[in-house]
Amino acid sequence: MKSPLTRFGWVAVASTVLVVAGCGPSEGTGSDGSAQQEGDKTLKILYWQAPSTLNPYLSGGTKDIDAASLVLEPLAQYNERAEMLPLLAEEIPTLKNGGIAEDLRSITWKLKPGIEFSDGTPLTAEHVEFTGNYCLNPQMGCNSAASFEHVEGFEVGEDSLTITVKFSEPKGFPYGPFVGSTAPILNKYQFENCTGLRAQECSEQNFAPIGTGPFTVANFRAKDVITYRRNENFRHEGKPFFDRVIFKGGGEAASAARAVLETGEFDYAWNLQIEPEILAQMERAGKGRVRAGFGSQVERLIVNLTNDDPALKDERSLYKGGENAHPFLSDHSVRKALSIAIDRNVLVEAGYGLAGKPSCNLIPAPSYYASEANESCKVQQIDEANRILDEAGWLMGEDGVRVKNGVRLSILYQTSTNSVRQGTQALIKQMWQRIGVETELRNVDGAVFFGSDPASPDTFQKCFADIQMYTNNFVGTDPGAYVAGWTCKEIPGPDNQWVGTNDSRACDPEYDAKVPIMQQEANREERIRLAKELNDYVVQDYWEIPLIHRATTSAIANSVQGPTVNPWDAELWNIADWIRTE
Amino acid sequence: MEDSLVVDDTNPRTLLHSGDPLSPWMIVWTAFRNHKGALVGAGVFTVIVLAVLVGPFVYTVDPQHLDITQKNLGVSFQHPLGTDNLGRDMLAQVLSGGLIALSVGFTAMVLSLVVGTAIGVLAGYFRYFDGPLMRLTDLFLALPLLPLLLVIIMLFRDTLRAAFGPEAGIFMLIVFVIGITSWMQTARIVRGETLAIKEREFVRAAQSVGTPQLSIVIRHILPNILSPIMVSATLGIANAIITESTLSFLGLGFPPDFPTWGRLLYDGANFITITPARVIWPGLAISLTVLSVNFMGDALRDAIDPRVRTQ
Repeated sequence: MKSPLTRFGWVAVASTVLVVAGCGPSEGTGSDGSAQQEGDKTLKILYWQAPSTLNPYLSGGTKDIDAASLVLEPLAQYNERAEMLPLLAEEIPTLKNGGIAEDLRSITWKLKPGIEFSDGTPLTAEHVEFTGNYCLNPQMGCNSAASFEHVEGFEVGEDSLTITVKFSEPKGFPYGPFVGSTAPILNKYQFENCTGLRAQECSEQNFAPIGTGPFTVANFRAKDVITYRRNENFRHEGKPFFDRVIFKGGGEAASAARAVLETGEFDYAWNLQIEPEILAQMERAGKGRVRAGFGSQVERLIVNLTNDDPALKDERSLYKGGENAHPFLSDHSVRKALSIAIDRNVLVEAGYGLAGKPSCNLIPAPSYYASEANESCKVQQIDEANRILDEAGWLMGEDGVRVKNGVRLSILYQTSTNSVRQGTQALIKQMWQRIGVETELRNVDGAVFFGSDPASPDTFQKCFADIQMYTNNFVGTDPGAYVAGWTCKEIPGPDNQWVGTNDSRACDPEYDAKVPIMQQEANREERIRLAKELNDYVVQDYWEIPLIHRATTSAIANSVQGPTVNPWDAELWNIADWIRTE
Repeated sequence: MEDSLVVDDTNPRTLLHSGDPLSPWMIVWTAFRNHKGALVGAGVFTVIVLAVLVGPFVYTVDPQHLDITQKNLGVSFQHPLGTDNLGRDMLAQVLSGGLIALSVGFTAMVLSLVVGTAIGVLAGYFRYFDGPLMRLTDLFLALPLLPLLLVIIMLFRDTLRAAFGPEAGIFMLIVFVIGITSWMQTARIVRGETLAIKEREFVRAAQSVGTPQLSIVIRHILPNILSPIMVSATLGIANAIITESTLSFLGLGFPPDFPTWGRLLYDGANFITITPARVIWPGLAISLTVLSVNFMGDALRDAIDPRVRTQ
């Protein structure tokens, strides 16, 4: 008698075999000879997150901004060494060349003459002004609003090629508006009827913007694949070198890496946070190379300075002036001991390899901004940590966990679900065990943890844990807006719908007072000194514990030359120069 | 109870053979023994259970101990199944993961079986419970499972964690969540069988001599629907082990450094070309457990059901 049971049994076996087979290296279906000719002129890019729009003003996602950077261009962009290069502008305005006003309240850009959009319309300052007003419109919820902070208005010059941006207060670093891939120039005639509340409705425009970049959109399928064709009106003769770009989205990091490095189905794959030995093994297949670019990303521990006891219900992790302090993390010596007990080199070796370096700073780059005052954290100091805790009165209990006045050093440590992060968690747990700290690990699905849903208890803003871990960075090369993230008003709470970047809930008026001084400083040397001071303030008081300076990692097919992994701007920033050799 | 198990009064052919003084359970065992797959399954299952229960006392390596200098090792005397990318011993992890998988599987299965059978029998036997209980079953079937699990875990995780500690608290929560979301098929099957059985002559006869309802259910209905319940039970164990893996992977299950078979499998998937053992052993353990339990259930069903046995 054939019963459903037996059949189920075979299904179980078969599915295991499938799991095993699906994970093995699969042979690429490969392009046959006839397709080879055309393949040379087609570039295939794979992002494991799929773009949902090509209008960077409507999306904060890197995937969308990068996909749009093939079409839309800003006035100036950053290269992989964090240097600003003029793109649509003649030159970078500075105090010296008169582009920036003496009172630091305005900046004047001059456009290169003769540039045309892909549809043939000439690029003028009106388009730039329109783009600025498009984002400043309070009804549209502009995602690049940070770039346009303190902007009061725009003024178009008589020659239609100069535009002046006016600020409401002195700006030490006025290169926010129209610089970098988050704030490129839109075509005024195309988006005229798409301002304010209508911005989201204009699918036709948002899915196929007309720009000045090397490619134009031929076909856009949201959350799936985009096809680009070369822009015949591009200002550089002979560029780009590819006729067609296919930009495929979806999947996950490991399979994306495999598609470039092992099977050769794609030419470029982005953001590969995978264990180093896996990447190295894929690279040995010989079809491609892995490149890393160090920007300002730092994987850090956020120390919750408020009490997160579930029994507190509504007051859990709520900042209430000095009250509601954390039972043991509010003790500076505990925070310090936790930091120096970590062997950051081991974390790098296990989870990052070439894509990470131990970091003792929250502003690790550009190199001139990195403080040298905290280097001692790169060496693990278990004995010193134990001594500090003994001295502070945290005595080792019988179960190997330190206690003081009935409070046990028992930590709930959460992060998002990612095998590298779970590895880091496990390693840190074992390191803390050696100083008498007990750790419970928790991982939360990334979509929930970073989802910013004010109703969910598991978001990083809620911080319903003692310690949490994630990566943060700042856009562009200037940390002016980033350092404001640790001020009192950035503490997330019910009053601001749990929006805010100060997850550790540290509030220090002395720190708050220093932030605007740094933001308004135009002298480069002084600005750097102030930024380092603010970094040291946070690091030395252990509001956040920096762990690893992370790189963005990408895989590039060996046959393609030109890509440089650029952590300061869109990764595809120089795609006009990419070329297939062989 | 034992008499009615075999229901020999309804099957004249069994009566013919009942000259031997065999107890009903001996008859079941004889039938079970004839099923070769079941014997192999029972053997494999016993080995797995013994390994999981006794193994950690014999092989005393801490499954959570990390040693980065020993990472990604192959088979060696020191690490019989190699190590993972953080230098944890694989054999110790597989053994300790098995304990979790099996305990979750059995406990959740028992819970879902009790709930499913109770609801199924009530709905099938008592006409006035039928409508409401079956609509309740439909309701549970229609509920989107994952969001429901998310909500339950979100609401009760911290309370249970505070009351019973992270591991016991999560264990209870997971067992409860799996049990409470997998009883519906059992309930439906049991209801159908009960409807059929309760119209049979022997039930009618019992009713006519005034046997209390509860006794009828326990003495006459339940023994006769034992085989579909067995089927559900075996499927339930497999289902619970797999659901636990899914939950762990989503970060809703046990803490991430707590090895369970499902988590070992997911964590190892990317490393299959470097250390294949990380996928093969937990995968094999899940498959073998599920398969052997299914074979045993299959044989047990045939052995208990007199209609099949005597053919």
